[in-house]
Amino acid sequence: MENQNIENQVLNLTKEDFSSNQLVKWCPGCGDHAILRAMENVFPNLGIKKEDFVVVSGIGCSSRFPYYMNTYGFHGIHGRAAALATGVKLANPKLSVWMISGDGDSMAIGGNHFIHVVRRNVDINLLLFNNRIYGLTKGQFSPTTAKGTKTKTSPQGTYERPFNPGELVIGAQGNFFARAVDVNPKEMTEIFIEAAKHKGTSVCEVLQNCVIFAQGVHEIITGRDTKDDYQVKCEHGKPLIFGKEKNKGIRLNGTKLEVVKIGENGITESDILVHDKTQADSGIHMMLARMMPPEFPVAIGVIRSVATETFNDALDNLIESEKQNCKVKNMTDLLNSGDTWEIK
Amino acid sequence: MTSKNSKVVELEQVAIRFAGDSGDGMQLTGSLFSDSTAFTGNDFATFPDYPAEIRAPQGTVSGVSGFQINFGSNLIHTSGDMVDVLVAMNPASLKANMRWLKEGAIIIVDIDSFNEKGLEKAGYTTDPTLDGSLSKYKLVKTPISNLTKEALKPFNMDVKSVLKAKNMFALGIVMYMFNRDTSLIYDYFEKKFKSNPLIVKANKTALDAGHSYADTLEIFAHTYKVEPTALPKGKYRNITGNIATAWGFIAASERSGRPLFLGSYPITPATEILAELTKYKNLSVRAFQAEDEIAGIVSAIGASFTGAMAITTTSGPGLSLKSEAIGLAVMTELPLVIVDVQRGGPSTGLPTKSEQSDLMQALFGRNGEAPVIVLAAKSSTDCFYSAYEASKLAMEHMTPVILLTDGALANGSEVFRIPNMDELPEIVPPLAKANDANYKPYRRNEERLCREWAIPGTEGLRHRVGGLEKENGIGNVSHDPSNHELMTYLREEKVNRVANYIPELEVIGKEDADVLVVSWGGTYGVMLTVVEQMQRKGKSIALAHFRHIMPLPKNTEEILSRYKKIIVCEINNGQFVKYLRMNFPQYKYEQYNKIQGLPFLVAELENKFNDLLNQ
Repeated sequence: MENQNIENQVLNLTKEDFSSNQLVKWCPGCGDHAILRAMENVFPNLGIKKEDFVVVSGIGCSSRFPYYMNTYGFHGIHGRAAALATGVKLANPKLSVWMISGDGDSMAIGGNHFIHVVRRNVDINLLLFNNRIYGLTKGQFSPTTAKGTKTKTSPQGTYERPFNPGELVIGAQGNFFARAVDVNPKEMTEIFIEAAKHKGTSVCEVLQNCVIFAQGVHEIITGRDTKDDYQVKCEHGKPLIFGKEKNKGIRLNGTKLEVVKIGENGITESDILVHDKTQADSGIHMMLARMMPPEFPVAIGVIRSVATETFNDALDNLIESEKQNCKVKNMTDLLNSGDTWEIK
Repeated sequence: MTSKNSKVVELEQVAIRFAGDSGDGMQLTGSLFSDSTAFTGNDFATFPDYPAEIRAPQGTVSGVSGFQINFGSNLIHTSGDMVDVLVAMNPASLKANMRWLKEGAIIIVDIDSFNEKGLEKAGYTTDPTLDGSLSKYKLVKTPISNLTKEALKPFNMDVKSVLKAKNMFALGIVMYMFNRDTSLIYDYFEKKFKSNPLIVKANKTALDAGHSYADTLEIFAHTYKVEPTALPKGKYRNITGNIATAWGFIAASERSGRPLFLGSYPITPATEILAELTKYKNLSVRAFQAEDEIAGIVSAIGASFTGAMAITTTSGPGLSLKSEAIGLAVMTELPLVIVDVQRGGPSTGLPTKSEQSDLMQALFGRNGEAPVIVLAAKSSTDCFYSAYEASKLAMEHMTPVILLTDGALANGSEVFRIPNMDELPEIVPPLAKANDANYKPYRRNEERLCREWAIPGTEGLRHRVGGLEKENGIGNVSHDPSNHELMTYLREEKVNRVANYIPELEVIGKEDADVLVVSWGGTYGVMLTVVEQMQRKGKSIALAHFRHIMPLPKNTEEILSRYKKIIVCEINNGQFVKYLRMNFPQYKYEQYNKIQGLPFLVAELENKFNDLLNQ
């Protein structure tokens, strides 16, 4: 299902329409700069009026985002952006609502709101910048920090298991999950556009590099020499093939995924799993989202995109039908409804 | 069916409590009696007394459910404290309510339930109906269960269904006592049990049987009559505080033209406001039951940014959870109403009992300098006007407002004169104009100091707000020291100037009275009852009751200065009195506090005030 308000109308908007006059204060080299540039390129091309965008955020480096986009924007409080976005969307469903959050903001303090916005399927676009660290508070481990990582608050290495945001999204009955890396603007742009078109909560995880506190945390996935072997692009209807030589693929073997080499042990391209982002059953999407190095490449692109009724549409429909069916049309009717009596 | 008995005694005011096991249908019994009271033309107030547990053990004191009604020929300000009549459907309900009996009160008991088992469950070692312990009262022993069974024999119903109607038999007795026609209630049965004519018949029969029984056996020496109250002309309805609160918001939304959004999370005793507002999708009310208290308020702030009249409803523990977000609304200078239906605290405290102990939290419970408007409703019906005023002030001054009600107001009901919508004051939110070239997010109205409301979707007004300090006027993030100081003063002064837009404090009584009684919020009814009663007895006493707490009415100091003796009465450990001492340290304040999860009693207040007058 595609968003009704995204039409191919020509609004003649450009990147400049969305650039704010504020000084961008992220560290030089931070992955956030690239995400901002991608967003500035996406917004003018969605066919949405510039007044109809609202960008909301919580707290953290990523959450400064609204100040850097010339739209209606709301920089909220830590962890609560999903609730803020829900309020905006329910109050005016015509708006295109973008929520910017980080792994601390959405996976820790805001974990509850995150799973519930996904469960309800509120029609918002949620960009999750995952740098696996707390940046703004200067380098503490986050819920996505890999086990064993040494940080300011884990000097001997963390001893807790991290979240995988994709698993959480699908576990919360999410219907759109996509992933991109901050060094690939083209892929970021693609998934942001698909997210905008999707009706319902669309979560885009961007594997983002914090140059100060977690430099190189995604290196195996994004590095020049390793990326081809550790990224598999999920393209709807196409086999999940990857590798420098394009000779590796993901095969469904029984109930498990495995990496196989085309041409070895009689394996051909037809053995490779063909990606179907629209499959309602989330089993394979869950397995794809969960793939992590070193055993697997990371799934990039739109992993899941399934159309379902949105929370805001459900409410709007109820409001419409109640308006039609109820005799009480205004406050005066309500005040005078039910048991009343007259004193003369 | 009307009474044959002709000896009728006229009364000015009567309080009746219907009490029984949670499953005995006492709330329905009470509310049907209230309906008949309305038809009779009396002013009245009611209060339900539910057990804290949903299904407490049957027959025990903790499982007793009660419903009290106070009605009279004069204006009624409270649901009454001590009662004239107690209907006790089992031993436990007698035991639980002994302390509410006036001397000489009439107790109607279902004597069939005073068996060994029932007495034991209630914790009685001897039968109070036999051991003389009730000699101060008029005890009316009636075999209600057996007589109901007898009356319903022709319907061939099972025993369980038959006994469900025993509350109607009891109601029939009370209807007879007050010379009321049982047919006043028939309509209800027909509506409620439309699909089951047998149940309609059974209830009517039980009701009439109770009435006839009281009449035929002349179980009362005489019957009673309470003349209709001289209420102003108009259309009336019965309304609880929580419903009145919900409706006040719908009215404010309609009047202001801003759509209503509620973000809330269930919590006793505030849940009913959420439940009520979710009904009115026909009036475009958007009520969102969030995943927690924080999401409740934050979604409301998002909706407020988007141009909705946004509210959130909660009780004490929820207000604690919302503190940070209230600060966000203060910082972003967005309209928002936070309703706190106060209950006993701290922590989980006494969820089903009323208290006024969140005042300090409402005034000061946030990080940073974070002033908000604080209002406190004075009665169940005033919840309507308070919700309306809170919405008006929030929108017209672009600030959060905390509206304090309490468990007693929330669940209690009063007779409500239905207002015409055009009687309510206009609400004009300061909306920014599309494509205003000079628009700045923190440009302020000179008089009110509020900024404008620039709503997403409007052309030419794109802007950003957030929890970081902003530069006055232009609205960019600012860490400038003098700007922060300026903004702190502006946010404070904006709230202080609301004093120019609220009514002055009124005093009930003389300017030179010996004692000024001061109260706030939900205690108004009982304070007024006591003070008027003492004034009629010639006592030199006056009452100043506060609905506006922050800011205080402009004439507060002037009024306090007139009186030599001031006593501040609160259902807490003295929070408002501390606030007055802080604001007006030049006066001496006595205080009277009660922290038992119970309302003030007329008698205890009168004693205290007399002591003070005699000092």
